[in-house]
Amino acid sequence: MRIWFSQAFPWLRTRPRVPDLVCQQVVELVTDYLEGALSPADQRRFDKHLAGCPHCTEYLAQMRETIRLAGRLTPEDLTPAMRTDLTDLYRQWRAGG
Amino acid sequence: MVDPRPAYREGATLPAMESDGELLRRLRAGDERAFVTLVERHNGAMLRLALSFVPSRAVAEEVVQDTWLAALRGLAAFEGRSSLKTWLFSILVNRARTTGVREARSVPVADAGPVVDASRFGPDGAWAEPPEQWIEEAENRIDAVKLAELLRVLLDTLPARQREVVLLRDVEELSSADVCQVLSISEANQRVLLHRGRAKLRQALESELGGAVR
Repeated sequence: MRIWFSQAFPWLRTRPRVPDLVCQQVVELVTDYLEGALSPADQRRFDKHLAGCPHCTEYLAQMRETIRLAGRLTPEDLTPAMRTDLTDLYRQWRAGG
Repeated sequence: MVDPRPAYREGATLPAMESDGELLRRLRAGDERAFVTLVERHNGAMLRLALSFVPSRAVAEEVVQDTWLAALRGLAAFEGRSSLKTWLFSILVNRARTTGVREARSVPVADAGPVVDASRFGPDGAWAEPPEQWIEEAENRIDAVKLAELLRVLLDTLPARQREVVLLRDVEELSSADVCQVLSISEANQRVLLHRGRAKLRQALESELGGAVR
């Protein structure tokens, strides 16, 4: 059906079809996607896949959640011992030591 | 035990918090308090980064002290083209690498292979064993302190170079350009390490939190 159609109306033929992405490819492109490093064509293929795939949508959401949780980790506070050591360090440096 | 950490985050700035630039200006004028304020602000993150490179806390503390001293000595040369934090991190990584043993144990290139186990996909490349839900669990059910502790442990199990990139990008929230500068790696390399590190963290969180009774 498709073949006779394009033969009968060759001017309607579109660019060679780029195959759709499969899930296994999508998970490998997630970081490039989040980093904005995909080509515009790949970006479209990625978005198209997501629109029809709840599992990859969930995977991407989990990746964003992972990043969000990492960003919430707070460093430890300065201990009194380290504060004293570093203040001493400063004073020695000031004294030219 | 009361959690000793402050209730606010660094990002949630206090109204009168001085900028690093202002503190540097005062430090250059010989103000000790400005130094202590900078130490209070950055020492924790520096220690965390140092611990990612060297095998013990004692060595990490030493590396951090060396970094502060190098920063004081290089104060005049610091032009402010990068942020103070990025500059401090760069010095620290150089020091840690000459001291560090931990990183030497790891393979210098990113490990190969897919980031999600191939067995989870069917022959057509579609999910056969899709991701288990855990976001709800992380956000609403698990205690925030426990979750943070879990994340710290998981982060620590990443291969050194992946851990360093994830730590700088996602925990310290540096830009990719700054991460490349601090670690002296290429943009492409950074992205590969980030990809693998994040994917491992996600997988570990899924394994720990996924499939809980709902």
